[in-house]
Order: sequence, then C-alpha cells, then structure tokens
Amino acid sequence: MIRIANGQGFWGDWLEAPVRLVEQGPIDYLCLDYLAEITMSIVQKQKQENPELGYARDFPPLMARLSKQLRERGVTVIANAGGVNPAACAREVKRLAPDLKVAVVHGDDLFPRLDDLLARGFPLKNMDTGEDLATIRERVLSANAYIGAFPLVEALATGAQVIIAGRCTDTALTLAPMVHRFGWREDDYHLLAAGTIAGHIIECGAQATGGNCQVDWQTIPDFANIGYPIVEAEPDGSFTVTKHPGTGGRVSSDVVKEQLLYELGDPKNYITPDCIADFTTIQLKDTGPNRVRVSGIAGKARTPFLKVSLSYNWGYNAIGSLVYSWPEAYGKARLAERIVRERLSQLGLSFDEIWAEILGFNACHGPAALPFPDVPEVQLRLGVRGPSRKDVDRFTRELIPLVLSGPPTATGFGDGRPPVREVVAYWPALVPREEIRTSVEVFA
Amino acid sequence: MKIALSEIAHARSGDKGDMANIGVIAYQPQHYPVLVREVTAERVKSYFGNFVKGEVERFELPNLGALNFLLHESLGGGGTLSLRIDAQGKTMSAALLRMEIEVADGEL
Repeated sequence: MIRIANGQGFWGDWLEAPVRLVEQGPIDYLCLDYLAEITMSIVQKQKQENPELGYARDFPPLMARLSKQLRERGVTVIANAGGVNPAACAREVKRLAPDLKVAVVHGDDLFPRLDDLLARGFPLKNMDTGEDLATIRERVLSANAYIGAFPLVEALATGAQVIIAGRCTDTALTLAPMVHRFGWREDDYHLLAAGTIAGHIIECGAQATGGNCQVDWQTIPDFANIGYPIVEAEPDGSFTVTKHPGTGGRVSSDVVKEQLLYELGDPKNYITPDCIADFTTIQLKDTGPNRVRVSGIAGKARTPFLKVSLSYNWGYNAIGSLVYSWPEAYGKARLAERIVRERLSQLGLSFDEIWAEILGFNACHGPAALPFPDVPEVQLRLGVRGPSRKDVDRFTRELIPLVLSGPPTATGFGDGRPPVREVVAYWPALVPREEIRTSVEVFA
Repeated sequence: MKIALSEIAHARSGDKGDMANIGVIAYQPQHYPVLVREVTAERVKSYFGNFVKGEVERFELPNLGALNFLLHESLGGGGTLSLRIDAQGKTMSAALLRMEIEVADGEL
C-alpha cells in the first residue's frame, strides 16, 4: 500500500495544507495541482515579461520550507507547478533548496510548434465550436498539450524527490506513483481508470474532505484545521480515501460522491491521456470514521489523441457595482440599470454583451431565484464585454454618476471607476498523440 | 404530495467552459428511482429558464444513486468570458435542490 496526498487544489489554495500533510502523519507522495485552464495564459504573460518566470511562484518557497522533512520522511513531491517554464521553476527550487533532487518533464509546450503543426495539416479546431485555429492564430498566448501519467513515471524512475511538470492532467499526478510503484502497464486500463478516479477524488484538495459539501455542513468539524485528502492505494486498483487523524473536516461516502460528480461530463467516458474511466462502475463503502473504500472500477483503452489547451486574447471587459438601500432597493437598482443601458445606447458603443444582476436577489440563481420581500439592501452589478477597449472604458464612466443623478440611496462606489480588464479566452483542441514527445531532465 | 428535492438529495455543480454540470445524489438508495422519474432533463432546462441557452443532457449513475446533468451554454460564455458573479455555476446545485418534485406517500 502507498499513501498519496493532495495538498493544493489550485494555485491560490491554502498554503499550510501541504506542510501539514507532511508533518501530521505518514504519506509517501505529495501531489500539488496548480494549473487551471486560464492559469497557463497568466504564466505565459509572466514569461514574456521575464524569461526566468512563467511557473507557480508559490512552489519553490514551499519546497524550501519542506526540504528537510521531505528527505527525512521519504516523501516525493509531484507537481504541475512548472507552468510554461518548468526548467526555470526547477532552477529556483534548486537555488532555495539545493539538497533536493529535482526532475522536470518537458514536451507539453506547443506554443513554439504551432505554425509547424498548422502547416503540417493539424487545424487544431476548437472542440466546442469547430472553428479553425487560423481564425485566431495571431492572438494565441499559449498552447499546451495535456500529458498523462507515463511521462511523470519516467521522472519518478530517476529517484528525484521533486517532480515538476507543466500542463499534465490533474489526475496524472495521483496515478503516476501507482504506475511507478505497482508496475502497471499502458494497457492495464482498468487499473489506470482506478488510479485516474483516485486522482479525480483528491485533485480538488479539501473538496474530498468536507469542503464545499452540502451534506450536514453545519456539523462538519473544525474547518479551520481541515485535513487534506489522502488515498491509500493498493496494487489491485482498490483504494481508501482518508485524512490524517486529528484534523478537521469529514470523509464519508456522501462527501466523496459530491466530489466524484464535480465537473463531470459523460460518466461512462471520462477521457484522459491514460485511459477512459467509467464512473458508473465505482463502488463506495464507509469502512470506518473518515475512511471510504473505493473499488470495482473499470475502464477502456486510451484514445489516439491528446487534448490541447490554447489561450488567446479575446478583448476587454469591465464590471462595476452600486449598492441601494431600503426601501424598494430592488426597484432602484433596476431603474439604475435601465438608465445606464439607455446612456450606453445613446453613445453608440458596441459590446458583445451587457449583463446586469442584482446581488442579494438573483445573481447566483437567475430565473430559479426565490421571489423576495422588500430586502434591506441590494448590490447592482453591471458589466460589459466587447472587442473595443475604448468602448469598454467609456462604460466605466457611466455608472458612478448615478450616485447623484439617479434613484436615491445609492452607495458603495468607494472604489471609483471599475478597471478595464483584458479578457483571455480558452480554446480546446485535439492533436494526435504521436505528435507529443516528452523528455525528463534531472537537476541533481 | 410535493416536496423540495433537497429533502431526498444533495448536489454539486461546476463548469466546463460555457457548460455547467450538476450532480444530484439521493441520500437513500431507495430514492434514486424517484430522482430518475422526477428530475428529467426537460424539467431542469425549464427550471433555469433563460440561463440555459443550449440543451440539457442527463446521465445516470445508479451505482452512486446519482444523476449528472450537463447544461449547455448556461454560464454566460463561461470561463473568463462570463460577466456573471457565479461564472463557474458553483451555486446552481443549491438552486436546483429547491425544485419541487412529486412523491407518493409510500416513497419517503
């Protein structure tokens, strides 16, 4: 049996979580998932401004903080902290924690190869809309193939204590140590599906241990000291989800079910670079306090393609808000919205969308929101999105004047005009698997 | 009689681009057939009204006593394009749990 923990569900997650996972009980592998789809464009911009950046900057200081304990306790770290510059990330880890052996997985970054791929007849069509990439080629900021567990296994085989990848799948971080230690092969697709589902359960950190769970949330103990999830994995593909004793939170089959359904598509066809996992085969059993056993998982062979995640400059947006107090707070906010819309129309500005929602009423649930009484206050939240920075900037000047010139009891304008922000959009595509060749570089 | 869906189920929602997913999970295995009968794709689409521009797909996971709904074009463009405060649909699960369903006396 091996213990695999996840200490970061995204870049920005609780900084203490990975430290506590190492300090508060036994684990063999510490996975850290830093990359969301849009994170890649952020790190790409950072790299353009400074060639030594372009990775999750939380990661090297964390490795310095944990360096001694990782070596003493024999814990291996597997992280997609590399972003678009895993080698620079590794150099910074070595600078701050010279005693750690670091291995980097290369090969996911397709940005330098885009024109070559297009010229050789791979259109990188948008999987959702079917459009050719050529329509936005000049605006592309980043392009990365999702790589699976096997390139990470190659890195684990070097004996490194810290494995840094770029755009690998979240589930690969958890699956890789199982493949490495149990000797699973590329055609063991039931086992690969089991390890992939283990990865899905823990990839969002404490969402597997009671965070964001609707079941009896009022009784979930000690959120402030919530334990992050640990998988106790067996060579036959079965595993137990748990957390360190004495930590806060809750692991139960209800909690695990919610996480299994999080961001799920077709449950029979959960496609990763490693396999296709079938979520309708999962069997769960509560086997003790904060212990859920998972077994019975089946899968199918992997597809001939890898998904590519591209990001590109789309345009601009700005979102502003005003607060209106009782009485008739809602009616005042709606009148303010109508005034701004009319003024934007008079100015002849062009937007892709103008969106208004009333926080405190229908912003979250829209048409499904409860009818409501005369509430003490609401916040009007009004945004626009469009290709023209000039038009979006003009919108930002149209909201605040209403404090003096619109319906009464307006407040909450203390931050002034809302900023105009660049909008980077996401473009999913496919590329044949054989186009992606990965390699491992060791920083001893 | 009519009850709120929240009396027999919990739920979790999230996003994939401009598509929200809502997983609805029966607390008790015997209530899963009630979910299958009452919480149809058509009802979910009409419940969210003009939030959902595209189709609603439903998938069944009897092993978990759960249904998974995919609400296409339901997040105002999704991801970074959406101007909504809940651009990732994280609260849509709670909204759906308030939906009324019809159950027979013996079913609870």
